[in-house]
Amino acid sequence: MSVLFDEPGPKARRRIRVATVLGVLAAVALAVLAVRQFAANGQLDAARWQPYATWPMWRYLLTGLWSTVLAAVVSAALSMAFGLLLALGRLSHRRWIRLPAAAYVEVVRVVPALLLVYVVLFALPRYGLDLPLFWKLAVPLTVSNAAAFAEIFRAGINSVERGQTEAGLAVGLTPFQTMRLVVLPQAARRVLPSIVSQSVGLLKDTSLGFVVSYGELLYSGKVLAAYNGLLIQTYLVVALIYLAVNVSLSKLARTLEARQAGTLIRFSRRTARA
Amino acid sequence: MSVLLDHLPELWQGLIVTFQLTAASFAGAAVLGALVCALRVSPVRVLRAIGTAYVESFQNLPLLVLLVLAFFGLPEIGVQAEPLVTAIVVIAVYEAAYVGEALRSGVNSVSRGQGEAARAIGLTFSQSLRHVVLPQALRTVVQPLGNIFIATTMNTALAAAVGVVDLTAAANRVNLVEAQPIPIFVGAGLAYALIAAAVGFTTGRLERKLVILR
Repeated sequence: MSVLFDEPGPKARRRIRVATVLGVLAAVALAVLAVRQFAANGQLDAARWQPYATWPMWRYLLTGLWSTVLAAVVSAALSMAFGLLLALGRLSHRRWIRLPAAAYVEVVRVVPALLLVYVVLFALPRYGLDLPLFWKLAVPLTVSNAAAFAEIFRAGINSVERGQTEAGLAVGLTPFQTMRLVVLPQAARRVLPSIVSQSVGLLKDTSLGFVVSYGELLYSGKVLAAYNGLLIQTYLVVALIYLAVNVSLSKLARTLEARQAGTLIRFSRRTARA
Repeated sequence: MSVLLDHLPELWQGLIVTFQLTAASFAGAAVLGALVCALRVSPVRVLRAIGTAYVESFQNLPLLVLLVLAFFGLPEIGVQAEPLVTAIVVIAVYEAAYVGEALRSGVNSVSRGQGEAARAIGLTFSQSLRHVVLPQALRTVVQPLGNIFIATTMNTALAAAVGVVDLTAAANRVNLVEAQPIPIFVGAGLAYALIAAAVGFTTGRLERKLVILR
C-alpha cells in the first residue's frame, strides 16, 4: 500500500471493481477505435501486412537493426572512454584541466544531438573534413553522450566515501593508483544501472541515422516504406523492434539496480511489509 | 558574426517556433503526465497496468520514430494535422511518460506516515491529497521537472528532421545559403544553452526556496 490509501475495505473494494470494469472498457474502446480507423482506410487488408510475415523483409530490417547495434556499441564505447576522461578532468586539482572539462560538459549536455549531426553533416565538409557515413552518425553521438556519461561517472566517483581515497593514499599509493585501484572499481559498480539506461538513450539516439542516411533501423524502414509503399505498417514494425530491444535493456538496468540494493535492504523491506 | 545579424529574422522565427514547440508540448506533457502518474499510483490494478504500459512504451521508443510514424504513417489512416500541431502532440505524448515518472517519484517520496496521519484526522481522499500529499510531492519534483523541461527543449530539435522549421532547421537553412557554419551553429548552440541555463537557474532557486528537509 502507498501513502495515498490503506488496505481497501468493503466499500473501497466495490469501487475498485467498478473502476476495473471502466478501465477495461476504456482500453477496449480505444483499441476498437484504432482498428476501425485502420479498417476504414483499407490499412487492415491482409495484402498490406502479408509482406511482414516473409523472411526477406525481416532479413532487411534485421540488417538495419544490426547497423543500429553497431553504431550504438561503437558510440557507447567511445563516449564512455571520453566521458571518463572528462569526469576525471572535472575532479582534477588543476584549474586548467578542470575548467575546460566542466565547460565542455555543461555546454554539450544542453545542445541538441541533431544540431551536432547537422554540424558534422553540413559544416565540417566545408573545412575539408568529410567523414565516412558511419562516423557522421557516430561522431555527434559520441560528442553529445560523452557529456552525459561524464556526469554519471562523476556522480559515481563522488559517491565513494572519502575514507577510501584517504586509506589508499595512507598505504602509499599515488593519487592515480588510488583512483584506478580503489575508487574507480567501486564507482563503476554503483553507476552500472545508470550506464545501462544511458545506453538505452544512446540506442534511441542512433535513430538520427534517419537524417544522415546511415542504414540503421529507422533509415532502413524509410527506404523499405519508400519501396513498398506500406508506410504505417513499416514504421509500426520498426517501432516494435525498437521497443523489444529497449525494453529488454531497461529490464537489465532494473535487475542490476535491484542487485545493487543488496540483500539487507530487500530483507528489511520484506519484513516491514509483512 | 555579421552573418547572424543578416539572417536575424529567419533565426528569430526559428527560435520562436522552438519556444512554441517547447512551451506547448511541455504544457501538454504536464497534464498528460499527471494523468499517467494518477494511473500508476491508483489502487486499481488494471489502471496501474495501463499506466505502466504507457511509460514503458514511450520511454523505450526513440522520439524520432514517433515523429516519423505520426508525420508519414498517420495520414495513411486519415489522421492529418498541421506539422507544428503534430510535432507538439507527439512530443507531449513522449515527454508525458517522463513527467509521469517524475511526479510518481515525488508522491513516493512523501512518507507513508503523512498519508496515515491525514486519514487519521478524518480528511477525505481529495483533502489529504490537496493539503498533505501533493504540496510535499510537488516541492520535491521541481528539479526533475526542470530537467525534463530542458530535455524537451532539446528534443524539439528533432521536429526539424521531419520538416518543422525550428531553430535547428533555421540555422541549417541559413548555413546552406551562407556557408558559414561556425558562427551560425555556434550561435544556435549557444541559444539552446542559454535557454537551458535560464531554466536551470530558475528551478535551482525555486528548489532552494521550496525544499523540504527530511
